[in-house]
Amino acid sequence: MEITAIYYLVPALVMFCCGVYGFITRKNMIAMLISLELMLNAVDINFVVFNRYLYPEQMEGMFFTLFAIAIAAAETALAIAIIINIFRAAKNIDVRSLNEMKF
Amino acid sequence: MDVTIPILILAIPLFMFVFLGLTGMKMSHKVAGILGTCGMGTVLVLAYYTAFQYFFSGADIFINGAGERLQYLVFDQTWLQFTENLVIKLGFLLDPISAMMLVVITTISFMVHLYSMGYMRDHHGVYEHGFQRFYAFLSLFSFSMLGLVVAPNIFQMYIFWELVGASSYLLIGFYYTKPSAVSASKKAFIVTRFADLGFLIGILTLSWYTGTFNFTELTSIPVEGMAGVSQVNIGTAEYVRGIFANSAAPTFMGASVLTWALVLIFMGGMGKSAMMPLHIWLPDAMEGPTPVSALIHAATMVVAGVYLVARLFPLYLMEEAALDIIVVVGAVTALYAAMVACTQLDIKRVLAFSTISQIAFMMVSLGVARPEFHHGLGYMASMFHLFTHAMFKALLFLCAGALIHAIGSNNYTEMHGLRKHMPITHVAFLIGCLAIAGIIPFAGFFSKDEILTACFGHSIFWYIWMSAVAGLTAFYMFRLYYLIFWWKEHKTPEGHHAPHDQPWTMTLPLVILSVVSCVAGFVPFGNLVTWNGHPMFESVDFFTNLKALDWSVASISLLVALAAIGLATVMYRKENALPSKMRNALPALWTWCFHRFYFDELYMFITHRIIFGCISRPLAWFDRHVIDGTMDAFATITNKASEVIKPLQSGQIQMYVWYYLVGALLLGGITALCVI
Repeated sequence: MEITAIYYLVPALVMFCCGVYGFITRKNMIAMLISLELMLNAVDINFVVFNRYLYPEQMEGMFFTLFAIAIAAAETALAIAIIINIFRAAKNIDVRSLNEMKF
Repeated sequence: MDVTIPILILAIPLFMFVFLGLTGMKMSHKVAGILGTCGMGTVLVLAYYTAFQYFFSGADIFINGAGERLQYLVFDQTWLQFTENLVIKLGFLLDPISAMMLVVITTISFMVHLYSMGYMRDHHGVYEHGFQRFYAFLSLFSFSMLGLVVAPNIFQMYIFWELVGASSYLLIGFYYTKPSAVSASKKAFIVTRFADLGFLIGILTLSWYTGTFNFTELTSIPVEGMAGVSQVNIGTAEYVRGIFANSAAPTFMGASVLTWALVLIFMGGMGKSAMMPLHIWLPDAMEGPTPVSALIHAATMVVAGVYLVARLFPLYLMEEAALDIIVVVGAVTALYAAMVACTQLDIKRVLAFSTISQIAFMMVSLGVARPEFHHGLGYMASMFHLFTHAMFKALLFLCAGALIHAIGSNNYTEMHGLRKHMPITHVAFLIGCLAIAGIIPFAGFFSKDEILTACFGHSIFWYIWMSAVAGLTAFYMFRLYYLIFWWKEHKTPEGHHAPHDQPWTMTLPLVILSVVSCVAGFVPFGNLVTWNGHPMFESVDFFTNLKALDWSVASISLLVALAAIGLATVMYRKENALPSKMRNALPALWTWCFHRFYFDELYMFITHRIIFGCISRPLAWFDRHVIDGTMDAFATITNKASEVIKPLQSGQIQMYVWYYLVGALLLGGITALCVI
């Protein structure tokens, strides 16, 4: 049995949908952050797979994935810092109760 | 001729206006008054010099070999050039009537400047508030009026015409804390402005077809083989006349364009000269200080309409229909104003209606003037009456001012029997009354007699009509005279000084104007001012006017005047019941006259009920509900819509993500559908 691109893309799609679902439904901001990471990683998988199967002689997709992982790490650190600050101010990280910023 | 003096005649009053207007409040009242009077005195000397040069120097720029007076342009500068043809110039035109008006305006203006130094202060010698402003406005008026009469083109005349209207507005409303003065000034401004609309349309119509604003081109005198009449100016006049004499001349609604233009221009004159039905502003204008009434509303500004018609007289001669309209309007106004003047209680209102009536005399005289009859006697008579009327009516107003100043009321029911208390004013007023009544040898006799002769030459009907009005004039003036100075003994109210003659600044103008009113009739006007510049008499001496009298007309008018004075003497010399009996005999007529034939009420009805009620109110409704409503609807819809969609911004981040996701999926789906 030959492993084709579809074997990678379907789990990536499932991962991405899980991420979207989690981002919309979870109340905890940490959980939302984890869902966000899931979506990001699903996209990273897509990059690598397309690079490997469509243009095997080039490396741009690989590099871009590494680059995205590094940026994601920084972004996670920033998000966690914001969440900690929100927790200090509101004693709470339930996103549904943090609805001050409206009309 | 040197241009310096004409320029100074206009520049000094303008400078005094600016100077007193800007720095007047910094200087004392007295200094401001003396400065204004001295400025006007200088202008008086310069204007007399100019007029003397024009009439008597005999220079060949003013008079030709045949003894005919010419129009002379002292200067004519381009002021605004819009296109090649539409050029507006400012200049200084000397001709018989403008030289005559220079004398009239500066004389009366100087007298009023001098008189106001005494009048504009109370019994303790304290100057009125705004005394400097008063002198500034007087200077502005003098400047505007002088600019009006020397205008060499009709557009400059229009500009200064509006300027005199504005200065009249400012001076009527001088006591701006008094509501009646404020509304009187607004009334004067609005009524004359309405008339000026017609004037402007007339100017534009006339100049559109003729292509010129200049009087020299518009009005140079036609010849057409008339004996004893020759052409004074040859410019493009033949061309101008050709436009209208042409059988294919443009017409509008059955009348030629020239008739329309002339009638519309006359409408402007009707407004300024208070002809019926645009006379309603003049009686109210008496709210201004009395010297202002003497200067503006008796002697100078209100005759601007007469002057305008006289200026364009050769054009009016081409359209006799327009002249006939002038005669009818003038004659009706003269009778109306004379009837109303018989019943009024306010001394200044009587004089105001008398002014309306006398100006109407001048208008009628212009209207009946024809070159065939005594070389256009009516024109000369009109200008002569303008001159003499300015003198004796200013005199009467200044006397009225002295009386009002002494008594503190305009109402002559509070005066009575003042002849012993104020002898100088009494004599001056009597001379004014004799002059206006037309008693030989006072000024009004000669000019009024010329007018009646001109009417007689034109039509016997108007002659009888105007003679009757002349009789009425004598009657109401002597009614006024007897009620003020005789009737019964004067009773001074408790705690008041007995009335007495006023200080010399007020008395001197009375004396001077009295002397002028006595002798002005002997001025040989027929040789100075005629419609074509052609002199009427071969040789001139002091008694020329007396010798030239048509005694059949003169004796009748004298008899009428004497009879009217006799009637007034019987009725009003001593207190008696005759006046009230006569009033009760014709109560309806008396009431109508007393209420000025309800003209003000008619105007109130037309403006308030018809114009405001039927036109303005629906327009206001349309504006408020349809135009404003549309704009309000836009705002309301935007507001309501934002209220509806506002809850979408709920502060729930996950909701936003959800909207975004659904939107993105929808867009993606639609795109996919379209691609497939």
